[in-house]
Amino acid sequence: MSSDVYLNVAVGGVLTGLVYGLMALGLSVIFGVVRVVNFAHGEMMTIAMFIAIVLCTGLHLDPLILLVPIAAAMFAFGYVLQRGLINPFITRPEHTQFLLLVALAIIITNVLLIIFGPDARSVQTSYGYDSFQAGPILVDATKVYAGLAAIVFAAALFAFFRYTTIGTAIRACADNHTGALVVGLDVKRLYALTFGLGAACVGAAGTMMVLIIDATPMLGPSYTLLAFVIVITGGLGSMPGALLGGVLIGVTEALAGLLFTPSVKSMFAFAILVLVLLFRPQGLLGKRLA
Amino acid sequence: MMAPFTAAMSGRGAVLLTLLFAALLAAPWIVNDYLLTVLIIILYFAYAGQAWNIMMGFAGQLSLGHAIYLGLGGYVAAMLFTLYGVAPWLGLLAAIPVAAACGAVIGFLAFRFRVAGVYFAILTIAFAEFARIGFDNWNFVNASSGLFLPVRQYAHDDLWRLRGDPTMFYYVILCATAVVFLLCHFLLKSRIGYFWLAIREDEQAARATGIDTFRYKMIAVMISAAVTSFAGVFYAFFYNNLFPEQVFSIVRSIEIILGPIIGGVGTLFGPILGAFVLTGLAEALNSAMTAFGVDLPGAKQVFYGICLLIVIVALPEGVWPPLARLLGVKWSGR
Repeated sequence: MSSDVYLNVAVGGVLTGLVYGLMALGLSVIFGVVRVVNFAHGEMMTIAMFIAIVLCTGLHLDPLILLVPIAAAMFAFGYVLQRGLINPFITRPEHTQFLLLVALAIIITNVLLIIFGPDARSVQTSYGYDSFQAGPILVDATKVYAGLAAIVFAAALFAFFRYTTIGTAIRACADNHTGALVVGLDVKRLYALTFGLGAACVGAAGTMMVLIIDATPMLGPSYTLLAFVIVITGGLGSMPGALLGGVLIGVTEALAGLLFTPSVKSMFAFAILVLVLLFRPQGLLGKRLA
Repeated sequence: MMAPFTAAMSGRGAVLLTLLFAALLAAPWIVNDYLLTVLIIILYFAYAGQAWNIMMGFAGQLSLGHAIYLGLGGYVAAMLFTLYGVAPWLGLLAAIPVAAACGAVIGFLAFRFRVAGVYFAILTIAFAEFARIGFDNWNFVNASSGLFLPVRQYAHDDLWRLRGDPTMFYYVILCATAVVFLLCHFLLKSRIGYFWLAIREDEQAARATGIDTFRYKMIAVMISAAVTSFAGVFYAFFYNNLFPEQVFSIVRSIEIILGPIIGGVGTLFGPILGAFVLTGLAEALNSAMTAFGVDLPGAKQVFYGICLLIVIVALPEGVWPPLARLLGVKWSGR
């Protein structure tokens, strides 16, 4: 009986972790290519969560149907943001980039607070209380759908980078910025596309997240931190690393919440971060930087 | 005290500084209680911003987790006071080593293991968050229920126990800000200051010229942490309460760094000017909103965010360097 509990919680942690991983994937893609650390990542996720909640409650749509439209909207947001605001900062010192995005994060959080107020909001779905059973394992349907959607979305992104011309061009920018300019790639546009794709990941993750947790405007900072923890654990710039890191953190949090009190669960995530930074700074799947 | 200091400043800078200091000294007789409280908050931010500036502005190490030193300072002094009745000035003698030791641990781990740039900033956030959650679950310090300092009406101000009216707090933080300003001035003029600037501009080059970069970065973190811890003690005794959720929050860390960034990172006047500009504008916004009967929680933060955005986009050096050029004042520390 007791081991079943742990197994159930661990499986739930894996599924939540996949959604975390998708969110962190956005951060990783943006950093890997544009070399800008998106300090407003969690805040962008809360935007997606509130769009999802408004559309779900207002139009009675299912979050799963909204996945692609919201991701597309966030893509546009990210594209415009990179083109208009962030692009001039690419050559500026690192700390001014952070601060630009910190400023953006503060604005997003508090604009959401002004519009939606501080209360937690959630969505009601027809399958909200369903669960799936496989042998001794019993998991929430919402988590299964969210986890699967995260895998599909991440797989589509992998395929895009691997098999399309634009994807290849973006990878070329990441590998060698000067080389990409020399062969005549429109690096600015590709950067904006990449930022858009990163925002789309976080948009998709946010849409799935409303199935798992309640949304408040104040979620932003803690999810920005969570995305950092995941990406650094998996390896900044490594796409599979982000998903692996997400799953690792998801399971750790779930088990820590079960074994200790839920309020200490993020402490374990930070402990993992510190250990990884000290002993394997390139992350679990990252490449050693010269 | 002022003589060696004014000698090092250019004429106009010294005049400006003396005027500002004189105006601040006279302020409690002129302004009302509300404005006095605003001035206390401004000076608190000027002080804490100056402390952060030692690490980022001088030595180039971006800390986004200064709330940890603030919180440790506040908690050490407040615990000693509530449990044993130890006066905050003696408590400060315990708070400073604790904060400096914490800075030393973070610095040692980061610099020894070559954690730099983005990673260093995130490591500092991680430690502050770690402390927040830790204190939130630590029953000895009352966990998330918070720590309250006994408030009693005294017949007269008790400077030794930091119990009294706002005017006393005002002079305490004014003196502290002046002292830390002088400290920063002398640090910048000293050998250490030049080593820090070399490290900030190009760490590899600094190492190549024989500077023990590890050692001087450690000194920067420890001094910055120690100086910040007093801001925490002040925070605790001024507000009479401490909650881990608030004092260790990332919001505290961010609001500390806004002043120096808006004023000018690495300058001596930047943190002070930034604190005046930011807090002044925010309070003006507050009053305007009250006057129009608008009540929007978060509006102040949106305003902070927009100010920060404008300064970063339009004035990457901060407000002070261009202003100083305009006034024809030389300033040290660039």
